[in-house]
Amino acid sequence: MNKKNIEQNAGITVLFLCLGTVALILVVILWDIFTKGAGKISWAFLTQMPKNGMTEGGIFPAIIGTFLVTLMTALFAVPLGMGCAIYLNEYARDNRFTRLIRMSIRNLSGVPSIVYGLFGVVLFVQLMRIGTCILSAGMTLGLMTLPWTITASEEALKNVPQAYRSGALALGATKWQSIRTNVLPYAIPGMLTGTILGLARAAGETAPILFTGAAFFLPFLPESLFDQFMALPYHLYIMATQHHDIEGVRPIAYGTALVLIVLVFSMNLFAIILRYKLRKVRKE
Amino acid sequence: MSDLKEKAIHGLFMFNGLLVVIVLVGIFALLVGTSIPAFREISLKEFLFTARWNPTSYVRTQYGIGAMLVSTAMVTIGALVIAFPLGIGTAAYLSDIASPRVREIAKPIIEILAGIPSVVIGFLGIVLVGPAIARLFNIPNGLNALNGSFLLAIMALPTIISISEDALKSVPKSFTEASLALGSTHWQTIVKVKIPAAASGIFASCMLGMGRAIGETMTVLMATGCAPAMPHGFLDSVRTMTSTIAIELGEVPYYTTHYYALFGVGLVLFIITFLVNMISDIVLRKYQIKVR
Repeated sequence: MNKKNIEQNAGITVLFLCLGTVALILVVILWDIFTKGAGKISWAFLTQMPKNGMTEGGIFPAIIGTFLVTLMTALFAVPLGMGCAIYLNEYARDNRFTRLIRMSIRNLSGVPSIVYGLFGVVLFVQLMRIGTCILSAGMTLGLMTLPWTITASEEALKNVPQAYRSGALALGATKWQSIRTNVLPYAIPGMLTGTILGLARAAGETAPILFTGAAFFLPFLPESLFDQFMALPYHLYIMATQHHDIEGVRPIAYGTALVLIVLVFSMNLFAIILRYKLRKVRKE
Repeated sequence: MSDLKEKAIHGLFMFNGLLVVIVLVGIFALLVGTSIPAFREISLKEFLFTARWNPTSYVRTQYGIGAMLVSTAMVTIGALVIAFPLGIGTAAYLSDIASPRVREIAKPIIEILAGIPSVVIGFLGIVLVGPAIARLFNIPNGLNALNGSFLLAIMALPTIISISEDALKSVPKSFTEASLALGSTHWQTIVKVKIPAAASGIFASCMLGMGRAIGETMTVLMATGCAPAMPHGFLDSVRTMTSTIAIELGEVPYYTTHYYALFGVGLVLFIITFLVNMISDIVLRKYQIKVR
Protein backbone atom coordinates (compact mmCIF):
# COMPACT_ATOMS: atom_id res chain seq x y z
CA MET A 1 0.00 0.00 0.00
CA ASN A 2 1.44 3.37 -0.91
CA LYS A 3 1.26 6.60 1.04
CA LYS A 4 -1.68 7.91 -0.91
CA ASN A 5 -3.80 4.90 -0.06
CA ILE A 6 -2.95 5.03 3.63
CA GLU A 7 -3.91 8.68 3.70
CA GLN A 8 -7.13 7.92 1.86
CA ASN A 9 -8.11 5.15 4.27
CA ALA A 10 -7.22 7.16 7.34
CA GLY A 11 -9.17 10.16 6.08
CA ILE A 12 -12.27 8.18 5.30
CA THR A 13 -12.08 6.47 8.67
CA VAL A 14 -12.00 9.86 10.36
CA LEU A 15 -15.08 10.98 8.42
CA PHE A 16 -16.87 7.78 9.34
CA LEU A 17 -15.96 8.33 12.98
CA CYS A 18 -17.62 11.77 12.78
CA LEU A 19 -20.88 10.17 11.71
CA GLY A 20 -20.35 7.48 14.33
CA THR A 21 -19.92 10.07 17.07
CA VAL A 22 -23.14 11.86 16.06
CA ALA A 23 -24.99 8.55 16.09
CA LEU A 24 -23.43 7.64 19.43
CA ILE A 25 -24.57 10.93 20.98
CA LEU A 26 -28.15 10.19 19.94
CA VAL A 27 -27.97 6.61 21.23
CA VAL A 28 -26.62 7.78 24.60
CA ILE A 29 -29.36 10.41 24.93
CA LEU A 30 -32.17 8.02 24.09
CA TRP A 31 -30.69 5.15 26.08
CA ASP A 32 -30.38 7.26 29.22
CA ILE A 33 -33.89 8.69 29.01
CA PHE A 34 -35.57 5.41 28.08
CA THR A 35 -33.82 3.17 30.60
CA LYS A 36 -34.17 5.55 33.53
CA GLY A 37 -37.59 6.90 32.60
CA ALA A 38 -39.35 3.68 31.69
CA GLY A 39 -39.58 2.46 35.30
CA LYS A 40 -41.62 5.50 36.24
CA ILE A 41 -44.21 5.12 33.50
CA SER A 42 -47.45 3.67 34.71
CA TRP A 43 -51.12 4.34 34.21
CA ALA A 44 -51.16 6.21 37.51
CA PHE A 45 -48.20 8.40 36.50
CA LEU A 46 -49.98 9.42 33.32
CA THR A 47 -53.42 10.01 34.83
CA GLN A 48 -52.88 11.37 38.34
CA MET A 49 -52.35 14.85 39.67
CA PRO A 50 -48.98 15.63 41.31
CA LYS A 51 -49.13 15.05 45.06
CA ASN A 52 -47.19 16.06 48.20
CA GLY A 53 -45.45 19.10 46.76
CA MET A 54 -44.90 17.28 43.46
CA THR A 55 -42.78 14.55 45.08
CA GLU A 56 -45.37 11.90 44.26
CA GLY A 57 -48.27 11.35 41.94
CA GLY A 58 -48.40 11.84 38.21
CA ILE A 59 -48.10 14.42 35.49
CA PHE A 60 -51.66 14.40 34.17
CA PRO A 61 -52.19 18.20 34.24
CA ALA A 62 -48.90 18.76 32.39
CA ILE A 63 -49.97 16.35 29.64
CA ILE A 64 -53.36 18.04 29.31
CA GLY A 65 -51.74 21.49 29.39
CA THR A 66 -49.29 20.65 26.62
CA PHE A 67 -52.11 19.13 24.57
CA LEU A 68 -54.30 22.23 24.95
CA VAL A 69 -51.56 24.74 24.25
CA THR A 70 -50.41 22.79 21.17
CA LEU A 71 -54.00 22.73 19.93
CA MET A 72 -54.17 26.49 20.42
CA THR A 73 -50.87 26.87 18.56
CA ALA A 74 -52.29 24.87 15.66
CA LEU A 75 -55.51 26.90 15.54
CA PHE A 76 -53.46 30.05 15.33
CA ALA A 77 -50.54 29.04 13.12
CA VAL A 78 -52.15 26.69 10.60
CA PRO A 79 -54.64 29.05 8.89
CA LEU A 80 -52.19 31.95 8.90
CA GLY A 81 -49.36 29.80 7.63
CA MET A 82 -51.48 28.27 4.89
CA GLY A 83 -52.83 31.66 3.85
CA CYS A 84 -49.36 33.13 3.54
CA ALA A 85 -48.18 30.11 1.55
CA ILE A 86 -51.19 30.36 -0.78
CA TYR A 87 -50.42 34.00 -1.37
CA LEU A 88 -46.75 33.35 -2.09
CA ASN A 89 -47.25 30.34 -4.32
CA GLU A 90 -50.57 31.07 -6.06
CA TYR A 91 -51.06 34.82 -6.23
CA ALA A 92 -47.78 36.65 -5.90
CA ARG A 93 -45.19 37.16 -8.57
CA ASP A 94 -41.51 37.33 -7.81
CA ASN A 95 -41.14 40.99 -6.98
CA ARG A 96 -39.72 43.17 -4.28
CA PHE A 97 -42.73 42.68 -2.01
CA THR A 98 -42.59 38.87 -2.06
CA ARG A 99 -38.84 38.94 -1.62
CA LEU A 100 -39.41 41.06 1.48
CA ILE A 101 -41.95 38.50 2.75
CA ARG A 102 -39.55 35.63 2.10
CA MET A 103 -36.73 37.43 3.82
CA SER A 104 -38.98 38.06 6.82
CA ILE A 105 -39.92 34.39 6.99
CA ARG A 106 -36.28 33.33 6.99
CA ASN A 107 -35.46 35.86 9.67
CA LEU A 108 -38.44 34.93 11.83
CA SER A 109 -37.28 31.33 11.85
CA GLY A 110 -33.99 32.55 13.29
CA VAL A 111 -35.47 34.70 16.07
CA PRO A 112 -34.59 33.11 19.45
CA SER A 113 -37.53 31.46 21.18
CA ILE A 114 -37.05 33.55 24.31
CA VAL A 115 -37.50 36.70 22.20
CA TYR A 116 -40.88 35.33 21.08
CA GLY A 117 -41.57 34.96 24.79
CA LEU A 118 -40.77 38.64 25.39
CA PHE A 119 -42.94 39.62 22.44
CA GLY A 120 -45.81 37.51 23.79
CA VAL A 121 -45.53 39.09 27.23
CA VAL A 122 -45.81 42.61 25.86
CA LEU A 123 -48.34 42.03 23.10
CA PHE A 124 -50.69 39.36 24.38
CA VAL A 125 -50.31 39.45 28.16
CA GLN A 126 -50.10 43.21 28.60
CA LEU A 127 -51.17 45.28 25.58
CA MET A 128 -54.10 43.02 24.71
CA ARG A 129 -54.75 42.32 28.39
CA ILE A 130 -55.26 38.62 27.84
CA GLY A 131 -53.10 37.79 30.84
CA THR A 132 -50.91 34.75 31.38
CA CYS A 133 -52.95 31.85 30.05
CA ILE A 134 -53.31 29.11 27.46
CA LEU A 135 -54.45 31.60 24.82
CA SER A 136 -51.42 33.89 25.22
CA ALA A 137 -48.98 30.99 25.31
CA GLY A 138 -50.65 29.33 22.32
CA MET A 139 -50.52 32.48 20.24
CA THR A 140 -46.87 33.08 21.19
CA LEU A 141 -45.97 29.54 20.14
CA GLY A 142 -48.14 30.02 17.06
CA LEU A 143 -46.08 33.00 15.94
CA MET A 144 -42.93 31.01 16.52
CA THR A 145 -44.28 28.11 14.43
CA LEU A 146 -45.46 30.38 11.61
CA PRO A 147 -42.25 30.32 9.51
CA TRP A 148 -42.21 26.50 9.59
CA THR A 149 -45.88 26.14 8.64
CA ILE A 150 -45.48 28.60 5.78
CA THR A 151 -42.42 26.84 4.38
CA ALA A 152 -44.06 23.43 4.67
CA SER A 153 -47.33 24.63 3.12
CA GLU A 154 -45.55 26.27 0.22
CA GLU A 155 -43.64 23.07 -0.42
CA ALA A 156 -46.93 21.18 -0.60
CA LEU A 157 -48.47 23.73 -2.97
CA LYS A 158 -45.44 23.52 -5.26
CA ASN A 159 -45.98 19.78 -5.57
CA VAL A 160 -49.44 20.23 -7.13
CA PRO A 161 -48.96 19.94 -10.92
CA GLN A 162 -49.46 23.17 -12.85
CA ALA A 163 -51.94 21.38 -15.15
CA TYR A 164 -54.48 21.13 -12.32
CA ARG A 165 -54.61 24.91 -12.16
CA SER A 166 -54.65 25.47 -15.91
CA GLY A 167 -57.39 22.88 -16.32
CA ALA A 168 -59.71 24.69 -13.95
CA LEU A 169 -58.89 28.10 -15.38
CA ALA A 170 -59.46 26.87 -18.93
CA LEU A 171 -62.95 25.73 -17.97
CA GLY A 172 -63.73 29.26 -16.86
CA ALA A 173 -63.14 28.94 -13.14
CA THR A 174 -61.92 32.01 -11.32
CA LYS A 175 -58.55 31.98 -9.63
CA TRP A 176 -60.01 31.29 -6.19
CA GLN A 177 -62.29 28.55 -7.54
CA SER A 178 -59.32 26.86 -9.15
CA ILE A 179 -57.33 27.06 -5.93
CA ARG A 180 -60.22 25.83 -3.82
CA THR A 181 -61.30 22.92 -5.96
CA ASN A 182 -58.15 21.91 -7.84
CA VAL A 183 -55.18 22.90 -5.72
CA LEU A 184 -56.03 22.80 -2.02
CA PRO A 185 -57.54 19.29 -1.92
CA TYR A 186 -54.26 17.92 -3.24
CA ALA A 187 -52.04 20.18 -1.17
CA ILE A 188 -53.72 20.00 2.24
CA PRO A 189 -52.40 16.57 3.29
CA GLY A 190 -48.86 17.69 2.49
CA MET A 191 -49.44 20.95 4.32
CA LEU A 192 -50.60 19.03 7.37
CA THR A 193 -47.50 16.83 7.35
CA GLY A 194 -45.18 19.79 7.54
CA THR A 195 -47.38 21.54 10.04
CA ILE A 196 -47.38 18.58 12.42
CA LEU A 197 -43.58 18.62 12.36
CA GLY A 198 -43.67 22.29 13.32
CA LEU A 199 -46.21 21.65 16.07
CA ALA A 200 -44.03 18.88 17.48
CA ARG A 201 -41.28 21.42 17.92
CA ALA A 202 -43.69 23.87 19.52
CA ALA A 203 -44.91 21.21 21.95
CA GLY A 204 -41.37 20.75 23.23
CA GLU A 205 -40.56 24.45 23.57
CA THR A 206 -40.24 25.98 27.00
CA ALA A 207 -38.81 29.48 26.67
CA PRO A 208 -41.83 31.12 24.96
CA ILE A 209 -44.30 29.82 27.57
CA LEU A 210 -42.19 30.66 30.63
CA PHE A 211 -43.86 34.05 31.06
CA THR A 212 -46.97 33.74 28.94
CA GLY A 213 -48.97 31.17 30.84
CA ALA A 214 -47.13 28.09 32.11
CA ALA A 215 -47.58 27.53 35.83
CA PHE A 216 -45.23 25.97 38.37
CA PHE A 217 -47.97 23.88 39.95
CA LEU A 218 -51.75 23.88 39.71
CA PRO A 219 -53.91 21.55 41.77
CA PHE A 220 -56.67 21.61 39.13
CA LEU A 221 -57.03 21.38 35.37
CA PRO A 222 -57.50 24.54 33.30
CA GLU A 223 -61.18 25.24 32.72
CA SER A 224 -60.97 27.83 30.00
CA LEU A 225 -58.50 29.35 27.57
CA PHE A 226 -57.92 32.15 30.05
CA ASP A 227 -56.50 29.87 32.73
CA GLN A 228 -52.87 29.16 33.42
CA PHE A 229 -51.66 25.65 32.68
CA MET A 230 -48.94 23.15 33.46
CA ALA A 231 -46.87 21.94 30.52
CA LEU A 232 -44.57 18.95 30.08
CA PRO A 233 -41.40 20.83 29.10
CA TYR A 234 -41.85 23.41 31.85
CA HIS A 235 -42.60 20.65 34.36
CA LEU A 236 -39.36 18.91 33.37
CA TYR A 237 -37.46 22.19 33.81
CA ILE A 238 -38.90 22.65 37.30
CA MET A 239 -38.33 19.05 38.33
CA ALA A 240 -34.73 19.25 37.12
CA THR A 241 -33.75 22.62 38.60
CA GLN A 242 -36.30 24.34 40.82
CA HIS A 243 -37.74 21.66 43.07
CA HIS A 244 -36.74 21.69 46.75
CA ASP A 245 -35.89 17.98 46.67
CA ILE A 246 -34.14 17.71 43.32
CA GLU A 247 -32.43 14.37 43.88
CA GLY A 248 -35.65 12.89 45.27
CA VAL A 249 -37.75 13.80 42.25
CA ARG A 250 -35.17 12.69 39.64
CA PRO A 251 -37.30 9.65 38.68
CA ILE A 252 -40.29 11.94 38.06
CA ALA A 253 -38.07 14.20 35.95
CA TYR A 254 -36.89 11.20 33.92
CA GLY A 255 -40.48 10.01 33.53
CA THR A 256 -41.55 13.46 32.34
CA ALA A 257 -38.64 13.63 29.89
CA LEU A 258 -39.60 10.23 28.49
CA VAL A 259 -43.25 11.19 28.06
CA LEU A 260 -42.23 14.45 26.37
CA ILE A 261 -39.82 12.71 23.99
CA VAL A 262 -42.35 10.01 23.14
CA LEU A 263 -44.99 12.67 22.49
CA VAL A 264 -42.73 14.69 20.19
CA PHE A 265 -41.49 11.58 18.37
CA SER A 266 -44.95 10.16 17.85
CA MET A 267 -46.05 13.45 16.30
CA ASN A 268 -43.01 13.25 14.02
CA LEU A 269 -43.68 9.61 13.23
CA PHE A 270 -47.31 10.36 12.43
CA ALA A 271 -46.21 13.08 10.01
CA ILE A 272 -43.63 10.81 8.38
CA ILE A 273 -46.15 7.97 7.93
CA LEU A 274 -48.64 10.43 6.50
CA ARG A 275 -46.02 11.68 4.04
CA TYR A 276 -45.11 8.12 3.05
CA LYS A 277 -48.75 7.18 2.46
CA LEU A 278 -49.31 10.30 0.39
CA ARG A 279 -46.36 9.53 -1.84
CA LYS A 280 -47.73 6.06 -2.43
CA VAL A 281 -51.18 7.39 -3.30
CA ARG A 282 -49.69 9.89 -5.71
CA LYS A 283 -47.67 7.22 -7.48
CA GLU A 284 -50.68 4.98 -8.01
CA MET B 1 -69.75 40.81 -8.51
CA SER B 2 -67.63 37.71 -8.57
CA ASP B 3 -64.81 39.91 -9.78
CA LEU B 4 -65.11 41.90 -6.60
CA LYS B 5 -65.09 38.73 -4.56
CA GLU B 6 -61.95 37.54 -6.33
CA LYS B 7 -60.26 40.83 -5.62
CA ALA B 8 -61.28 40.67 -1.97
CA ILE B 9 -59.88 37.16 -1.64
CA HIS B 10 -56.68 38.20 -3.34
CA GLY B 11 -56.42 41.15 -0.97
CA LEU B 12 -57.04 38.94 2.03
CA PHE B 13 -54.22 36.57 1.10
CA MET B 14 -51.96 39.48 0.34
CA PHE B 15 -52.60 40.89 3.79
CA ASN B 16 -51.87 37.47 5.22
CA GLY B 17 -48.51 37.55 3.44
CA LEU B 18 -47.86 41.04 4.72
CA LEU B 19 -48.58 39.81 8.24
CA VAL B 20 -45.22 38.02 8.36
CA VAL B 21 -43.44 41.29 7.71
CA ILE B 22 -45.60 42.98 10.33
CA VAL B 23 -44.70 40.33 12.91
CA LEU B 24 -40.97 40.72 12.28
CA VAL B 25 -41.13 44.50 12.38
CA GLY B 26 -43.52 44.26 15.35
CA ILE B 27 -41.09 42.16 17.37
CA PHE B 28 -38.34 44.67 16.72
CA ALA B 29 -40.59 47.66 17.44
CA LEU B 30 -41.95 46.23 20.69
CA LEU B 31 -38.45 45.35 21.90
CA VAL B 32 -37.23 48.86 21.11
CA GLY B 33 -40.35 50.46 22.58
CA THR B 34 -40.20 48.47 25.79
CA SER B 35 -36.48 48.92 26.33
CA ILE B 36 -36.42 52.69 25.73
CA PRO B 37 -37.56 53.60 29.28
CA ALA B 38 -34.57 51.67 30.61
CA PHE B 39 -32.18 53.90 28.73
CA ARG B 40 -33.61 57.00 30.36
CA GLU B 41 -31.91 55.78 33.54
CA ILE B 42 -29.05 53.66 32.27
CA SER B 43 -26.55 55.11 29.85
CA LEU B 44 -26.07 53.05 26.71
CA LYS B 45 -22.37 53.04 27.47
CA GLU B 46 -22.89 51.50 30.90
CA PHE B 47 -25.33 48.96 29.46
CA LEU B 48 -23.13 47.72 26.64
CA PHE B 49 -19.61 48.16 27.97
CA THR B 50 -19.61 47.41 31.68
CA ALA B 51 -19.52 43.90 33.00
CA ARG B 52 -21.63 43.93 36.14
CA TRP B 53 -25.31 43.10 36.11
CA ASN B 54 -26.75 43.69 39.54
CA PRO B 55 -30.25 45.13 39.19
CA THR B 56 -31.51 44.20 42.65
CA SER B 57 -28.68 45.68 44.70
CA TYR B 58 -29.78 47.90 47.61
CA VAL B 59 -26.64 50.00 47.44
CA ARG B 60 -26.20 50.69 43.73
CA THR B 61 -27.95 48.92 40.92
CA GLN B 62 -25.76 48.05 37.97
CA TYR B 63 -26.89 47.25 34.48
CA GLY B 64 -23.90 46.12 32.43
CA ILE B 65 -24.34 43.23 30.02
CA GLY B 66 -20.59 42.71 29.44
CA ALA B 67 -20.38 39.47 31.41
CA MET B 68 -23.47 38.13 29.62
CA LEU B 69 -22.05 38.99 26.20
CA VAL B 70 -18.81 37.23 27.06
CA SER B 71 -20.76 34.23 28.42
CA THR B 72 -22.89 33.97 25.30
CA ALA B 73 -19.80 34.32 23.10
CA MET B 74 -17.97 31.64 25.07
CA VAL B 75 -20.64 28.97 24.90
CA THR B 76 -21.32 29.77 21.24
CA ILE B 77 -17.68 29.60 20.20
CA GLY B 78 -17.19 26.48 22.29
CA ALA B 79 -20.20 24.90 20.61
CA LEU B 80 -18.87 25.73 17.14
CA VAL B 81 -15.40 24.39 17.93
CA ILE B 82 -17.03 21.05 18.79
CA ALA B 83 -19.78 21.02 16.19
CA PHE B 84 -17.90 22.40 13.18
CA PRO B 85 -15.39 19.56 12.57
CA LEU B 86 -17.90 16.91 13.61
CA GLY B 87 -20.62 18.39 11.41
CA ILE B 88 -18.46 18.90 8.31
CA GLY B 89 -16.94 15.43 8.69
CA THR B 90 -20.38 13.86 8.92
CA ALA B 91 -21.67 15.90 6.00
CA ALA B 92 -18.67 14.95 3.85
CA TYR B 93 -19.08 11.29 4.71
CA LEU B 94 -22.79 11.36 3.91
CA SER B 95 -22.47 13.28 0.66
CA ASP B 96 -19.44 11.52 -0.82
CA ILE B 97 -18.68 8.19 0.75
CA ALA B 98 -21.73 6.69 2.44
CA SER B 99 -23.60 3.94 0.63
CA PRO B 100 -27.32 4.60 0.06
CA ARG B 101 -28.09 2.25 2.93
CA VAL B 102 -25.91 4.12 5.42
CA ARG B 103 -27.47 7.36 4.23
CA GLU B 104 -30.93 5.97 4.81
CA ILE B 105 -30.01 5.12 8.39
CA ALA B 106 -28.18 8.39 8.99
CA LYS B 107 -30.93 10.69 7.80
CA PRO B 108 -33.46 9.80 10.49
CA ILE B 109 -30.69 9.89 13.11
CA ILE B 110 -30.06 13.52 12.28
CA GLU B 111 -33.77 14.30 12.10
CA ILE B 112 -34.41 12.69 15.50
CA LEU B 113 -31.49 14.60 16.98
CA ALA B 114 -32.99 17.83 15.66
CA GLY B 115 -36.37 16.90 17.16
CA ILE B 116 -35.25 16.42 20.76
CA PRO B 117 -36.68 19.29 22.83
CA SER B 118 -34.03 21.63 24.20
CA VAL B 119 -35.27 21.17 27.76
CA VAL B 120 -34.49 17.45 27.51
CA ILE B 121 -30.95 18.22 26.30
CA GLY B 122 -30.59 20.63 29.21
CA PHE B 123 -31.78 17.94 31.61
CA LEU B 124 -29.14 15.56 30.27
CA GLY B 125 -26.60 18.33 30.79
CA ILE B 126 -27.45 18.20 34.49
CA VAL B 127 -27.66 14.43 34.96
CA LEU B 128 -25.11 13.12 32.42
CA VAL B 129 -22.69 15.71 31.05
CA GLY B 130 -22.31 17.68 34.30
CA PRO B 131 -21.17 14.76 36.47
CA ALA B 132 -18.89 13.54 33.67
CA ILE B 133 -17.17 16.94 33.44
CA ALA B 134 -16.89 17.15 37.23
CA ARG B 135 -15.16 13.76 37.34
CA LEU B 136 -12.93 14.48 34.35
CA PHE B 137 -11.58 17.79 35.64
CA ASN B 138 -11.92 16.98 39.32
CA ILE B 139 -14.15 19.95 40.14
CA PRO B 140 -17.13 20.06 42.54
CA ASN B 141 -19.78 20.44 39.85
CA GLY B 142 -19.89 20.30 36.10
CA LEU B 143 -22.41 23.03 35.43
CA ASN B 144 -20.21 25.40 33.45
CA ALA B 145 -19.44 26.89 30.05
CA LEU B 146 -17.93 23.64 28.78
CA ASN B 147 -21.14 21.78 29.57
CA GLY B 148 -23.18 24.46 27.81
CA SER B 149 -20.87 24.39 24.78
CA PHE B 150 -21.16 20.63 24.48
CA LEU B 151 -24.97 20.70 24.66
CA LEU B 152 -25.25 23.60 22.21
CA ALA B 153 -22.96 21.69 19.86
CA ILE B 154 -25.48 18.82 19.90
CA MET B 155 -28.25 21.27 19.08
CA ALA B 156 -26.31 22.97 16.28
CA LEU B 157 -25.15 19.70 14.67
CA PRO B 158 -28.31 18.87 12.69
CA THR B 159 -28.37 22.33 11.11
CA ILE B 160 -24.67 22.25 10.24
CA ILE B 161 -24.83 18.70 8.87
CA SER B 162 -27.89 19.09 6.68
CA ILE B 163 -26.94 22.44 5.13
CA SER B 164 -23.28 21.49 4.61
CA GLU B 165 -24.40 18.24 3.02
CA ASP B 166 -26.62 20.18 0.62
CA ALA B 167 -23.71 22.48 -0.18
CA LEU B 168 -21.34 19.57 -0.83
CA LYS B 169 -23.91 17.81 -2.98
CA SER B 170 -24.45 20.83 -5.18
CA VAL B 171 -20.78 21.06 -6.14
CA PRO B 172 -20.86 20.27 -9.89
CA LYS B 173 -19.97 16.70 -10.74
CA SER B 174 -17.37 17.87 -13.25
CA PHE B 175 -15.23 19.18 -10.37
CA THR B 176 -15.09 15.76 -8.75
CA GLU B 177 -14.55 13.97 -12.05
CA ALA B 178 -11.74 16.30 -13.08
CA SER B 179 -10.02 15.80 -9.76
CA LEU B 180 -10.34 12.02 -9.88
CA ALA B 181 -9.21 11.91 -13.50
CA LEU B 182 -6.03 13.73 -12.54
CA GLY B 183 -5.23 10.86 -10.23
CA SER B 184 -6.25 12.26 -6.84
CA THR B 185 -7.81 9.93 -4.33
CA HIS B 186 -11.35 10.29 -3.06
CA TRP B 187 -10.02 11.76 0.15
CA GLN B 188 -7.91 14.37 -1.66
CA THR B 189 -10.90 15.27 -3.80
CA ILE B 190 -13.04 15.85 -0.73
CA VAL B 191 -10.49 17.95 1.11
CA LYS B 192 -8.91 19.86 -1.75
CA VAL B 193 -11.77 20.24 -4.21
CA LYS B 194 -15.21 19.70 -2.75
CA ILE B 195 -14.92 21.38 0.63
CA PRO B 196 -13.27 24.52 -0.83
CA ALA B 197 -15.89 24.62 -3.60
CA ALA B 198 -18.69 24.33 -1.03
CA ALA B 199 -17.00 26.70 1.41
CA SER B 200 -19.63 29.41 1.30
CA GLY B 201 -22.47 26.95 1.95
CA ILE B 202 -20.50 25.37 4.77
CA PHE B 203 -19.81 28.81 6.20
CA ALA B 204 -23.52 29.66 6.02
CA SER B 205 -24.41 26.41 7.80
CA CYS B 206 -22.08 27.36 10.63
CA MET B 207 -23.58 30.83 10.86
CA LEU B 208 -27.06 29.31 11.10
CA GLY B 209 -25.83 26.88 13.75
CA MET B 210 -24.27 29.82 15.55
CA GLY B 211 -27.56 31.73 15.42
CA ARG B 212 -29.29 28.79 17.03
CA ALA B 213 -26.63 28.52 19.72
CA ILE B 214 -26.75 32.22 20.58
CA GLY B 215 -30.53 32.19 20.95
CA GLU B 216 -30.90 28.87 22.73
CA THR B 217 -32.32 29.30 26.20
CA MET B 218 -33.27 26.16 28.09
CA THR B 219 -30.06 24.17 27.65
CA VAL B 220 -27.78 26.97 28.82
CA LEU B 221 -30.21 27.95 31.56
CA MET B 222 -30.12 24.45 33.00
CA ALA B 223 -26.56 23.35 32.34
CA THR B 224 -24.26 26.33 32.83
CA GLY B 225 -24.84 27.12 36.50
CA CYS B 226 -25.86 30.71 35.74
CA ALA B 227 -23.45 32.55 38.06
CA PRO B 228 -23.68 36.22 37.05
CA ALA B 229 -19.94 36.98 37.43
CA MET B 230 -17.51 37.49 34.56
CA PRO B 231 -16.23 34.03 33.55
CA HIS B 232 -12.49 33.40 33.33
CA GLY B 233 -12.46 30.05 31.59
CA PHE B 234 -14.56 27.22 30.26
CA LEU B 235 -14.73 25.55 33.66
CA ASP B 236 -16.41 28.65 35.13
CA SER B 237 -20.14 28.93 35.48
CA VAL B 238 -21.60 31.36 32.95
CA ARG B 239 -24.86 33.21 32.53
CA THR B 240 -25.83 34.05 28.98
CA MET B 241 -28.21 36.76 27.78
CA THR B 242 -30.95 34.20 27.21
CA SER B 243 -30.69 32.66 30.67
CA THR B 244 -30.66 36.07 32.34
CA ILE B 245 -33.97 36.91 30.69
CA ALA B 246 -35.39 33.51 31.57
CA ILE B 247 -34.34 33.73 35.22
CA GLU B 248 -35.29 37.31 35.93
CA LEU B 249 -38.33 38.16 33.83
CA GLY B 250 -40.52 35.84 35.89
CA GLU B 251 -39.64 37.56 39.14
CA VAL B 252 -39.36 41.21 38.23
CA PRO B 253 -42.34 43.55 38.73
CA TYR B 254 -43.72 44.94 35.46
CA TYR B 255 -42.78 48.47 34.39
CA THR B 256 -39.63 48.86 36.50
CA THR B 257 -36.20 49.82 35.18
CA HIS B 258 -35.11 46.24 35.74
CA TYR B 259 -38.02 45.00 33.62
CA TYR B 260 -37.27 47.43 30.80
CA ALA B 261 -33.56 46.57 30.99
CA LEU B 262 -34.39 42.89 30.42
CA PHE B 263 -36.10 43.90 27.18
CA GLY B 264 -32.91 45.80 26.36
CA VAL B 265 -31.06 42.49 26.71
CA GLY B 266 -33.68 40.91 24.44
CA LEU B 267 -33.15 43.67 21.90
CA VAL B 268 -29.39 43.10 21.84
CA LEU B 269 -30.03 39.37 21.44
CA PHE B 270 -32.48 40.00 18.60
CA ILE B 271 -30.05 42.28 16.77
CA ILE B 272 -27.14 39.84 17.10
CA THR B 273 -29.14 36.84 15.83
CA PHE B 274 -30.68 38.98 13.10
CA LEU B 275 -27.23 39.98 11.83
CA VAL B 276 -25.90 36.42 12.03
CA ASN B 277 -28.90 35.11 10.08
CA MET B 278 -28.69 37.90 7.52
CA ILE B 279 -25.02 37.13 6.85
CA SER B 280 -25.71 33.42 6.37
CA ASP B 281 -28.69 34.28 4.19
CA ILE B 282 -26.67 36.56 1.92
CA VAL B 283 -23.83 34.04 1.65
CA LEU B 284 -26.25 31.20 0.84
CA ARG B 285 -28.06 33.23 -1.82
CA LYS B 286 -24.90 34.42 -3.50
CA TYR B 287 -23.60 30.90 -3.51
CA GLN B 288 -26.77 29.43 -5.04
CA ILE B 289 -26.64 31.88 -7.91
CA LYS B 290 -23.01 31.01 -8.59
CA VAL B 291 -23.70 27.29 -8.84
CA ARG B 292 -26.59 27.72 -11.21
